[in-house]
Amino acid sequence: MNRHSLTRAFSLLIRRDLILAMRHRAEMVNPLLFFILVTSLFPLGIGANPNLLQAVGPGVIWVAALLAALLSLDGVFRSDFEDGTLEQYLLSSHPVSLLVLAKVLAHWLITGLPLLLISPLLGVFLGLPPAGIRILFITLLLGTPVLSLIGAVGVALTVGLRKGGMILSLLVLPLYIPLLIFASSAVDTAAAGLSVTAHLSLIAALLVLALSLSPFATAAALRISLS
Amino acid sequence: MFNNFFHKLASPKHFYRIAGALIPWLAGACLLLALAGLYYGLIVAPPDYQQGDSYRIIYIHVPAAWMSLFIYMVMAAAGAIGLVWRMKLAEVIAISSAPIGASFTFVALVTGSIWGKPMWGTWWVWDARLTSELILLFLYLGVIALHGAIDDRRTAARAVAILALVGVINIPIIHYSVEWWNTLHQGPTVTKFDKPSIHISMLIPLLLMALSFKLYYACVVLMRARCEVLERERSAGWVRELVETK
Amino acid sequence: MTLTEFLHMGGYAYYVWTSYGITLLVLVANIVIPLRQRRKLLTDIARAARRVRREP
Repeated sequence: MNRHSLTRAFSLLIRRDLILAMRHRAEMVNPLLFFILVTSLFPLGIGANPNLLQAVGPGVIWVAALLAALLSLDGVFRSDFEDGTLEQYLLSSHPVSLLVLAKVLAHWLITGLPLLLISPLLGVFLGLPPAGIRILFITLLLGTPVLSLIGAVGVALTVGLRKGGMILSLLVLPLYIPLLIFASSAVDTAAAGLSVTAHLSLIAALLVLALSLSPFATAAALRISLS
Repeated sequence: MFNNFFHKLASPKHFYRIAGALIPWLAGACLLLALAGLYYGLIVAPPDYQQGDSYRIIYIHVPAAWMSLFIYMVMAAAGAIGLVWRMKLAEVIAISSAPIGASFTFVALVTGSIWGKPMWGTWWVWDARLTSELILLFLYLGVIALHGAIDDRRTAARAVAILALVGVINIPIIHYSVEWWNTLHQGPTVTKFDKPSIHISMLIPLLLMALSFKLYYACVVLMRARCEVLERERSAGWVRELVETK
Repeated sequence: MTLTEFLHMGGYAYYVWTSYGITLLVLVANIVIPLRQRRKLLTDIARAARRVRREP
C-alpha cells in the first residue's frame, strides 16, 4: 500500500463530497434551517420568559443540533450506495476505515460546521450570556464531529434498508445521550460563571474515543451491509 | 472429550437436541429457587422500618435490573464470537437474548416506577438507575428493530453484533453520565434505590431471586434459540427427519 | 405472618402485588411465546415438506 496514494485517495474523497455538496447548495441549507427552526419553536411553545429560556436554552440548542445531525446523516452513504461507489470503497486496496474517516470529515464540513457557525445566533435567541455562548460554541466544535462519527456507524448499519431513516434515529439517539448531558451541562455551568474544564475534557475524551473506534465499526458495518 | 462436546454443541442439530434435554432441568431449578426466594423474601424477611412492606418490590426490581445488564453483556459477547469465528450458534444465542433482555429491562422500569410511587409520590422519577434502564431499553429495542429490518438472517445477526458491541462500549459511559447528570439535578428528596447496608435476612432472598432469574434466562434463551435454529435450518435433512417423526 | 397480613403487605398491597403481577405476566409471556412459535414452526415445516413430496 502506497502512503502517497492513500493520502491522495483521502483528500480526493473529501474534495469530491464537498464539490457534490456545493452543486446542491440548497440541500446544504436544510439541516441548518431545521436547526434554527426547531430552536425557535421552543420560545413559541413554552413562552418567552427570559429566565425560563435561559434555563432550557443549552439543552434545547443541543437537542436541536442532535436532531439536525440525525436528519443529515442519511446522505453520508446513500448516494454512494445507490450508484455502486460504496462497493468500490470496499474493494479498493486502501483501508476502509480511513476512507470512512474521509467521508465523515466531509459530512462534518458540510453539515456540522454550518451548525457550529450559526450557534452564537441561537444562543442570543435564547438569551444565553456571552460566557455561555462561548462555551456553547466550543462544545459544538468538539461535539458535532462526535455526532458525525457515531452517526456514521448507524448509517452504515442501515444503508441497505428501505425504512432506514426511522431505525437510524432509534439506533443512534441513545448513543448521543452522554454527549448531550455533558455538553448542555457545560453551557449551563459556564452561564453560571463556573469553570468548565472538567466538562470539556470529558467531551474531548468522547471525541478521541469516537475518532479511534468508530471508523472501524463503520467499516465493519459497511462490509456487513453490502454482503 | 471436551473438544468433542463443544464441536457437537456448535452444530445446530446437536444443539437442538442438547438444549431440549437441558430445558426441563433448568426450569425446575429456576422454579425451586424462585419459590425459596419468594418465601424468604415475602414471608420470612421483616418489613423495612422506613418503607414498610413496599420494599419487597426489591426482590424483583433489583434482580431484573441485574439481568438486564447481564443479558446485554452476553448478547454482545455472543455477537462478537459469532462475528469473529463465524459461529452460527453464537449468532443464535445473541439474537435470542435480545427480547429477554428487553423484557427484564421493562420489568425493572415498571417495578422501579411502581416502587417509587408510595415513596416519592410520583409514578416516574428521573433517578439515575431508572434513566439508565430506560436508555438500556432503547438500546435493546434498537437491536430488535435492526434485526427485524434485515431480511437475510445471517447478515442481520452480524449487523446486530456490531450494534451490540457499540452499545456495550457505551453502557458504562451512559451509566456514568446519567449518574453525574442525576447528582446535578438532584431534587430536595434524595433518591436512593440502592441499599446502603442491606440486612442479611433481606440479602439472601435477593440472591436467591437473582440466581433464579439467571436460570430462567438460561432456560428461555435455549427455548428461543431452538426456534431460531429451526427457522434457519428448515431445509436441512435433520429438520425434515425431526418433523416426520412427530 | 398471617394470610391477611401477607396479602395486605402493610397497606402497600396495590403496589407490591401489581409489581409482582406484571413481572409474572412478562415472565410467562416469555415462556409461552417460544413454545407456541416452536409448535408453529414444526407444523409449517411439515406442511412444506408434504407439499414438496406431492410434487412430481
